[in-house]
Amino acid sequence: MSKPAIEVKNISKSYVVSHSYESYETLRDILGKFFVHPLRTCWTSIQHVLLPKEKERFWALRDVSFTIERGEIFGVIGANGAGKSTLLKILNRITPPTEGEAVLRGSLSSLLEVGTGFHPELTGRENVFFSGAIMGMKRQEIIRKFDDITTFADVGRFLDTPVKRYSSGMQVRLAFSVAAHMEPDILLVDEVLAVGDASFQRRCLEKIREVSARDKRTILFVSHNLSAVSSLCTRCLYLKEGRVHMIGPTAEVVAAYLEDQSNIHSQASLSFSRNISTKPSFRTIEIRNDANVVTNEIDAGHPFSVTVEYETVVEDVPCWVAMTCVHEDGTIIYTSADVDKYCNSDLLTQRKVGVYRSTFTFPASFSLSLNEGTYQLRFRLTHDPTTDTALTVHIRNDARRFNVYPGILLTGGLWTCEKIEE
Amino acid sequence: MQTTVIRPRYTVLLRDLRELWEYHELLYFFIWKELKIRYKQTAVGVAWAIFQPFVTMVVFSVFFGTLVGVPSDGVPYPIFVYAGLLYWQFFSSSLSQVSNSLIGNQALLTKVYFPRLLLPISAVAVNLVDFFVASIILIAMMVYYNFVPIFTSILVLPLLVVLTFAFAVGAGLFLAAVNVKYRDVKYVLPFFIQTLMFLTPVIYPPSILGAYSWILALNPMTGIIKAARSTLFGAPPVNWTLLALSGAVTVIILVIGIWYFKKTERTFADLI
Repeated sequence: MSKPAIEVKNISKSYVVSHSYESYETLRDILGKFFVHPLRTCWTSIQHVLLPKEKERFWALRDVSFTIERGEIFGVIGANGAGKSTLLKILNRITPPTEGEAVLRGSLSSLLEVGTGFHPELTGRENVFFSGAIMGMKRQEIIRKFDDITTFADVGRFLDTPVKRYSSGMQVRLAFSVAAHMEPDILLVDEVLAVGDASFQRRCLEKIREVSARDKRTILFVSHNLSAVSSLCTRCLYLKEGRVHMIGPTAEVVAAYLEDQSNIHSQASLSFSRNISTKPSFRTIEIRNDANVVTNEIDAGHPFSVTVEYETVVEDVPCWVAMTCVHEDGTIIYTSADVDKYCNSDLLTQRKVGVYRSTFTFPASFSLSLNEGTYQLRFRLTHDPTTDTALTVHIRNDARRFNVYPGILLTGGLWTCEKIEE
Repeated sequence: MQTTVIRPRYTVLLRDLRELWEYHELLYFFIWKELKIRYKQTAVGVAWAIFQPFVTMVVFSVFFGTLVGVPSDGVPYPIFVYAGLLYWQFFSSSLSQVSNSLIGNQALLTKVYFPRLLLPISAVAVNLVDFFVASIILIAMMVYYNFVPIFTSILVLPLLVVLTFAFAVGAGLFLAAVNVKYRDVKYVLPFFIQTLMFLTPVIYPPSILGAYSWILALNPMTGIIKAARSTLFGAPPVNWTLLALSGAVTVIILVIGIWYFKKTERTFADLI
C-alpha cells in the first residue's frame, strides 16, 4: 500500500484586511482639510502614522484536511470565495499557508491558467518551449512531444507567427495543448476549461481522463463546471466559507452543493453579470403584473407574466429555458420549456448565437391560475444545473374578491352553469 | 520519489541552492526568452546595445572632456569615459531591470511556482549580452588609440564583470523585494541611479577628489571601474586594496539582498 499522493493536514490561510481608508485620499483632499482645520489634520496624520493600524484577519481557509490517493481524480467545488483558488495556490507553493502542513508525493505541475508564460511577442514555436519549461517540462521532453502538441492544438502553419497575431481561440488551444502534454505525477488544475469552444473543451476533458487512467496520475481538479467535475472526478471536496463542508463520492457532494446553490431570490427582477463561459447564460428574469409593473406581489386571479432573457454564444447548440413552478410545500405544479411549442424546429436543436427573450404568461382569473400562497419559480438553461435560479412569487387575495378555497389552483372560471330545465 | 512538504515558514538555504540547480534549465529559458523579445520589432535590433553607450560617450567627451576639461589621468578622454560607461551601464541597467523583474512578471508570480531568484538573475544575464556587444567599441577604440592591455587584464576583467553582476543582483534583489510591497521604488530608482553615477568615477578620475576620494571607495563601482582602467590602459597600477574593499562591500550587499529576498519571497504572490 503506497502512501497517498496528497496529504493536507489542517491547512489554514489568513489575510490581513487593513482599514486604511485615509491612504486613498488625494493630495487635494488633504490640502483642503489642512486649510480648514490645520491642527486637527496634523494630529490625525501623526496618529495615522504612529498608531498601529486597525487590522482584521480574514480566514480564506480554515482547518482544511483531506487526502488523495495515487491515481485519483479529485474535485474541489464551492461557491466563489469559498477558498478553492487559495487552496490550489498553497498546494502549488505560490503562497504559504498560515498554519498546517501539506505533503505532496511525486513530481508536481499545475495548470492554474491557460497560457501561463505565454509571451505575445514570441512565435508559437517559441512559446511552446517557454511555457512548457515554466510549467516544469525539460527541454528534451518538449522536443519529444513537440509534434503531438502542435497537432493537438491544430495551429499548423502559424507556428512561426508571433502569438499576438493569433486569434484568441488559437492561443487557448496552443496553451492548453502544452499543458495537456505534461506528465507530472500530480497535476493541479484550476478553472481552465471555462475557455475554448465546446468541442475543444470535450477534447481537453478526454485528454485529462486518458492521461490519468493510463499512468495512474493524481489530479486535483478545481472547477465551477459541475458537469465536468461529475464526469471526471471520483471523489469531491465541497468547500464552504473556507472550511471543508463535505468530502465524499462526487455524486453525493455535487447534489449537496446544488441544493445549497439554487439561489432563491426575493426580488421580482434579476440581472445577471455577463458570463464569460461558452455556455448559454441568463441576462435578466422579470416578473410583471397585468399592469406591466415589475413586482412579485400578484393579486389572485389576475394574469401575470415572467420574461426571461438569455444569451447563447456558440452557434448551433441546443438552448432553451425550463421553468418549474413549485408550491411552498414543495409540490411541483408544472414544468415547461420555452421551446415546447416548437418541437423538432431549429429553435430547439440549432440555436443561432444571440440574445433571446421568452415570456410565460400565467392565465387570468379562474382558469387554472395560482391560488393564494407563495410559489417558487425555478429556472434552468438547457440541463445546466449551474444556471439554476429561483424567484419567489406571492399571490395575494388581499381584496378578498374571491372565496378562499383550499388547493393550489383557482378553477372557478372553468365551470359552466346554465339553466337546462324550467 | 520527489516529495514536497508545504509548511508555513522555512528558511533552509541549502535546499534552496539544490532547487536552484534543479531549475537551471528554466533559467536558460528565461534568459533565452528575454533575449528573444529584447529587440523584437526594432529596426536596428541589437545595434542599440552599441548605439546607446557610444552616443553617451561622444556627448560626454564633447562636454566634459573638451569643453569643461575634466582630467582623465593622462588617457584620451573618449576612451577613458567609455571604459567607465561600459561597466556603469551594465550595472545601472541591470539594477533597474532586476528591481522591476518581479512586478514585471506578476502573471507568472501568481500563477506558477519556480524559484523566484531566477527572475532577477535572468534580468542581469541579459544585460551581460549588451555588455559584450558594447565591448566591441572599446576594443576598436583601444586599437585606434594604440593601447595594449596589461597581461593581468585577462584575469581581472572577467572578475570585474562578476563583481558588477553580484553588486547589481545584491542591490537589485533588495529593491525588487521592496518594490513588491512599495511601488515607491519605481519612482525613486531612476533618481537614485542618476545620483549614484555622479558618486562613481565614470566621467572623472577619483583623483580629483584628493583627500576625500576614500568616500568613493565605499561604492563598489569605484574599485571596479578604476581597476578596469588600470588594466586596460596599463597605468596607474591596479589598486588591489581598493579592489578587495569593493569585493567585500559587494559580498555584504549580495548577502543582505539574498537574505531579504528569501525572507519576503513567499509572500510575493499575496502582496504584488
